[in-house]
Amino acid sequence: MTPILEKTLHGGGMWSAVISRHKRLRLTDLDGGANVSMLLYNALERQERYNMPDTLKGQHIFFLREPYCLHSDMGRLLASITRDTVGWHDTVCGHSDAARVLAKYGPDSYQQSRNEWHRNARDCFLIELAKWGLGKKDLVPNLNLFSKVVSDEEGKLSFVPGYSKPGDTIELRFEMDTLVVLNTCQHPLDPDPAYQHRHVKLEVLAGGPPAADDPSLAIRPENLRAWENNETYHALRF
Amino acid sequence: MTESTLHPEAAVFREVVPAGDWWVHEIKKGQTLRIVDLEGNQAADTLFFSAADPTERYSADRTIQEQAALYLTTGTRLMSTEGNPMLTITADTCGRHDTLGGACSRESNTMRYAHDKECMHACRDSFIRGAQEWNVELTKRDITCNINFFMNVPVTPDGRLTFEDGISAPGRYVEMKAEMDVVCLISNCPQLNNPCNGWNPTPVEVLIFD
Repeated sequence: MTPILEKTLHGGGMWSAVISRHKRLRLTDLDGGANVSMLLYNALERQERYNMPDTLKGQHIFFLREPYCLHSDMGRLLASITRDTVGWHDTVCGHSDAARVLAKYGPDSYQQSRNEWHRNARDCFLIELAKWGLGKKDLVPNLNLFSKVVSDEEGKLSFVPGYSKPGDTIELRFEMDTLVVLNTCQHPLDPDPAYQHRHVKLEVLAGGPPAADDPSLAIRPENLRAWENNETYHALRF
Repeated sequence: MTESTLHPEAAVFREVVPAGDWWVHEIKKGQTLRIVDLEGNQAADTLFFSAADPTERYSADRTIQEQAALYLTTGTRLMSTEGNPMLTITADTCGRHDTLGGACSRESNTMRYAHDKECMHACRDSFIRGAQEWNVELTKRDITCNINFFMNVPVTPDGRLTFEDGISAPGRYVEMKAEMDVVCLISNCPQLNNPCNGWNPTPVEVLIFD
């Protein structure tokens, strides 16, 4: 299938777009050890947004993988993970900011390094959000695709370095028209002392609605009820 | 577990917040806020905003990132979206508190339990009303992922997450000192569909000390 869009993001790269219902977004870690910080919003009612707590407690999980779903804060689904060769994606650790990037990687600037400079995820989010009329109030706990962070029994967190391998892929199917905002800055708990400019391929593909026995809807009754809420929303609106 | 050296008689403010109510109040820099779980196993859903600029607010992910740990207890710095410490937990007789579980909403009740649970009172409605009463400019966009004081949401090393019976008990409390002028917004959780309130929502007491 020829992608509708194909694009490679460089380390510290950012992107945002509205992708309509049932289309798919495929992200591929080209170099290994990538991180994609991502937020999702209902494209038409942007105060409806990705909700980390409802995604976790609705599915009784601490991380994401196929075939789990990404829930909004309105009892609905934004997207389902339809393909995933990684197996663990973080959503509790947030994103880097300028102070953290300075502390970890040392001083840098555009003047000094041109487009190889050390961007941070917070600036990338705020820049892309602004293009859709959104801002600081809309910045909530995000996804960190390709990154694995585990908790011990006491809640202490450990980042698993190099978990994602070159060629690893995750694919999302959108369950409503969705504003996608993402960047490829390193995970905030990545202990690597070097700022890495890793490459991520991004493809948008055509797709259809979930089948009656779709694994993302079947894995939890909560997901099916959320999808039923999507069906009601679409029946009323369109 | 850390006991406080402050005596309730010394509080400059005391109020009991019934289950299902909201409470909003400014805490000045240097003041200490205590929340008491009066009858045990009651989730106190809590948000903080900078009093000077409410676009700066409590950040669950930033707080987790800062301590590289999930649970909140004595010594935890409650961080803002701008990367500033808002308050520091200075005493805690419960042991740990949640910031992954978020707040219940009428909409998420339909997803989590059943479509006919939409009618049941939920924390987000309380948060919205409390935020509006403090500052008319605030909307649903300002309601972010909160703290659940006294709530027990254990995560296992293999990545499971569950809501368990509370580890709190009658009279247990948590205390935090403000590092900036903040506004505290509490929804005393009305949830009846899971064990977060021991199936019986009860009052909490808030105290402020100079």
